[in-house]
Amino acid sequence: MVQSAPYQVYAIGDQGITLDYGGEMSESVNSKIFQLYKVLKEWQPDAVLDIIPAYHSISLIYDLMKIKKLAGSYTAFQFLEMKLKLMEATIADATGELITRKIDIPVCYDASLGPDLQELAMAHQLTEETFIKIHVQQVYRVYMIGFMPGFAYMGCVDQRIMSPRKANPRTYVPAGSVGIAGSQTGIYPFDSPGGWQIIGQTPLLLFDANNESPTYLEPGDEVRFHQISLNEFHHLKNKSS
Amino acid sequence: MGLRIIKSGIADSIQDMGRYGYQHLGIPPGGAMDRIAATVANTLIGNRLAEPVLEMHFPAASILFESSMMIAITGADFGAEINGIEVLINQPILVPSNAELRFKKHKKGAKVYLSVEEGFATSKWLNSGSTNFQLHKGGYEGRTLCKNDILHFNNQEDLEIDTLTHLPWRASMAEFYTDNRIDFMVGAEYSFLEKISQTSMVTNQFKINNQSNRMGYRLEGQALLLSSKKECLSSAVSFGTIQLLPNAQMIVLMADHQTTGGYPRIGQVASSSLPSLAQISVGDFISFDLVTHDEAEADFLQQQQNLQQLQNACNFRLQEYFKNE
Repeated sequence: MVQSAPYQVYAIGDQGITLDYGGEMSESVNSKIFQLYKVLKEWQPDAVLDIIPAYHSISLIYDLMKIKKLAGSYTAFQFLEMKLKLMEATIADATGELITRKIDIPVCYDASLGPDLQELAMAHQLTEETFIKIHVQQVYRVYMIGFMPGFAYMGCVDQRIMSPRKANPRTYVPAGSVGIAGSQTGIYPFDSPGGWQIIGQTPLLLFDANNESPTYLEPGDEVRFHQISLNEFHHLKNKSS
Repeated sequence: MGLRIIKSGIADSIQDMGRYGYQHLGIPPGGAMDRIAATVANTLIGNRLAEPVLEMHFPAASILFESSMMIAITGADFGAEINGIEVLINQPILVPSNAELRFKKHKKGAKVYLSVEEGFATSKWLNSGSTNFQLHKGGYEGRTLCKNDILHFNNQEDLEIDTLTHLPWRASMAEFYTDNRIDFMVGAEYSFLEKISQTSMVTNQFKINNQSNRMGYRLEGQALLLSSKKECLSSAVSFGTIQLLPNAQMIVLMADHQTTGGYPRIGQVASSSLPSLAQISVGDFISFDLVTHDEAEADFLQQQQNLQQLQNACNFRLQEYFKNE
């Protein structure tokens, strides 16, 4: 007997609805989110404008007028609440592997690009080489994209290298910087202020507004990092710009 | 065939009904802050409702119509004058070529909308004409308008308008606005608020502070306290989400909001009140009225029905007017 996880469904105002499993970051909950994401995308009528997965929740942003037309005698919220619950039930005992994109991202961990690496390695009583090895050996899931266009929140980082945010956020973090915050790792797609611990940089362009799908990463992607030298970094950087 | 900005205003930009379908990639929806005023601007002159319009603040741009055009001005009342003659808002206007539109006085509201017949020839990005300032995409070169920018019209016909004329119909806007009274619903973390803060929220006035912009309105007033301090993992937020910041003050997320957030979501402005909120100027006060979710749905649906009726009436008047010419 498969126990379905408890969840809540609540409104985000009169044109949004969220299904939320609550709790901490967990891969099993997040897998459910992505199974739901898949069935919701297949169902998505015009009236649903956006489907936004997050760590342990998934939200629909909708056009109230159009949903009301589908909802008959129910309110728009009641109609979508029923839909979400039905769909949740269909994935409750789904055990199939999620089919995800596998993305490989080159990262240069040179001190000039990863200014916090040395200090973090020391704090964890690891050599920098071991720290990097731990960071690249894990396969990460893109839990959600937020904060800024294309900023992928990925997890989970191996316990041995989990690191708190910086007490004093930087006013400038260059685009491509790879950071750690708690059990999350992520990449800044743009130059930006930021509080994550920066351990390296990728030469890839994470956001290209001229591309039809402008972000390099999408929710649900499986990501692996691999280490490159400073020379390779500059070579790839020249190619991508 | 177009208009030229002869004096730039403050953060004037092209906006439409928003860029949806990309929030899972972290791309904000954007769009007009006051969707009612933007829609009515299009409705009055028979445009598609989602046609991009010009959104302006006070002091607003001065505009030279290099060719004649049918236009409408809606939203705030900034004392619009064309060639020195006062013109009415919420009413279609036939503008002869080489006429100058200026906004002389901040009378009421915060955002004015200008529509032109058949719309502006703007650049679309991800299916929307809205300007995204952060990414420099959409609208007019992805930026705010500057002196000497020329906005081309989609309509390239010469309309042969000799004199400035108001067409004989206008939209009655009062029913769409509640001034500074803003309806809100409880948010997912409303129950985290101390009881006394739940009361404070509806009994105090809150000032829109000067760090407010298209991303969010920061409110200033009675500090609100949380009874339980729970860390929230980020999840989706939307236009109107009221979050409580660590400094015990509220922020209301507006059109250019981030797509996800982790601060407690204590409330959500009802969609039907967002146009009223968008028209509050920095430095002015608002007060909140708590409504149920069902009331909020009903109010918004009523508003949309009223818009629909207005559209039908305008289309009828347009047909009549141009048939008789």
